[in-house]
Amino acid sequence: MKLSLHTLPSVPLEAEVICPDKFIGNSLEAISAMTVMHGNRECALADFFTLTDDGLETIEIDGDLSKVKLIGSEMTQGKIIINGSVGAHLGALMTGGEILVTGDAEDWVGREISGGRIVIKGNAGHLVGSGVRGSDIGIQGGEIIIHGNAKNEVGNGMRRGLIVIGGNSGDFTGVNMKAGTIMVLGQLGQRPGASMVRGTIFSTQAAQLLPTFTYNTTYKPTFLKRYLIYLKKLGFTIDDAYLNGNYQSWSGDSLEMNKGEILLFSEGS
Amino acid sequence: MLIKSTEIIDTFAEAFGMWGSRVIVTGETPKWAMAAARSMTGFATSVIGCKCEAGIEGLLTEDETPDGRPGVSILLFAGSAKGLANRLVERVGQCVMTCPTTACFNGLDVEETVNVGGKLRYFGDGYQSSKLLGDQRLWRIPVMEGEFFVDESFGIQKAVGGGNFLVLGENLKITLAAVEAAVEAMQMPGVILPFPDGVVRSGSKPGSKYKALPASTNDAYCPSLRGRAPHTELPEEVTCVLEIVIDGLDESVVKEAMRVGIMAAAREGIRQITAGNYGGNLGQYHLQLHELLRG
Repeated sequence: MKLSLHTLPSVPLEAEVICPDKFIGNSLEAISAMTVMHGNRECALADFFTLTDDGLETIEIDGDLSKVKLIGSEMTQGKIIINGSVGAHLGALMTGGEILVTGDAEDWVGREISGGRIVIKGNAGHLVGSGVRGSDIGIQGGEIIIHGNAKNEVGNGMRRGLIVIGGNSGDFTGVNMKAGTIMVLGQLGQRPGASMVRGTIFSTQAAQLLPTFTYNTTYKPTFLKRYLIYLKKLGFTIDDAYLNGNYQSWSGDSLEMNKGEILLFSEGS
Repeated sequence: MLIKSTEIIDTFAEAFGMWGSRVIVTGETPKWAMAAARSMTGFATSVIGCKCEAGIEGLLTEDETPDGRPGVSILLFAGSAKGLANRLVERVGQCVMTCPTTACFNGLDVEETVNVGGKLRYFGDGYQSSKLLGDQRLWRIPVMEGEFFVDESFGIQKAVGGGNFLVLGENLKITLAAVEAAVEAMQMPGVILPFPDGVVRSGSKPGSKYKALPASTNDAYCPSLRGRAPHTELPEEVTCVLEIVIDGLDESVVKEAMRVGIMAAAREGIRQITAGNYGGNLGQYHLQLHELLRG
């Protein structure tokens, strides 16, 4: 199914109906008539998109969707390709399938997902892979792959899964993290891992850590190489220095269980 | 049937259903990966005395291993799925985890799995941590040198053990040369030759005059018993018999290994090549020599 944005929303458009689970088994007419919320007003999907049935299960969308929210919400299967940028809450509560965005994404990419994979070729906003405000739990599985930068609170409350930031991440990366893995190939912002309980935060750059983190050693974590090879397969460029280098290992947050881990590349060791 | 001047006896190797697994061991250098592999495949010649059969399937380059380090592929076989699971835990724990710099990964992508890393993790005494990459859970177990990284689950599949052939030569030198050539030719994916450098001299028959023993020397093929044993299978000119045993992940690869091995072993001075069986009453696979040589 192909969708092309013909009318830019003037306020955020809530379009959780754009999801393979909701399209499968429905006719083009039925899909065109599906309800989207333009602010507080009910509209039809066709009021904003031109729909073309190309016979494929993959949903491909063209246009500037930076005001279109909740695409792929509760998705369990299939694939969505967005040729451009996308709005907030992309793939919220997703449990399977794959979403690919060639441009940027707004806040809350992959909010509370537990499976599937979201790939953003550009930058992402705040709270990638996090829980909603008031929830302790962020993502519980799946993969969120951001090729560019991400803003604050990446993986807030994350319990399982993998989040990769190809560029820099903002402040409080991995805040309240319960477990899982966050890999930042650029620079971490301030206070990474604040209140983390378990899990791993990795960066190729030095970082200013909270005093509640304790230095363990500098070594070559075998598991890290496997992860970095996996990232290469996902299309990231990984220097041999990072593949074969040594990493500082820090434990924290000691205000919690002190079972979290931050690994920072240590070139000279 | 004759290959060169060697007579191929019209008989069959009687092989057995087993359970097999493939273990990938990596290390910081090929030396340490091989050290762990040698240790893990030691004392694993026969299920009769070792509870499992294991061998090195091949060397792996950095591009062929999950963690980009040099590695060794090992095949390990046992008589039951449960037995195989137990042997994997024992051997990965005692031979790989103990070896400096190594990591250990599943090498069989099959449906049925057994828990290995998930049991070894307790050695971490609460300091272990797990990672989930794709569908595979992995365990990081802190050790004095760093950490041991191991897959939680290892694939197991039904396999074939006990393919074999016997090389009957005129003297030791010729027979050794023949089996060495066969072993070299039989290096292929999916099979191992579990005995020392692939060759066994103490071929056995089932049972014994001593009740406690499940197997005993194959007297019909012992040249020194030609005049004493009740029955001999040896032509007059034969003074030495060596056997090659093959375990494989399926029947076809065992047969192919036997075929190329027999072809390589046949030569001047090797009077016969035959195979060990128990009258067809024990093993579920009857690997006919003439049939597999005809292709």
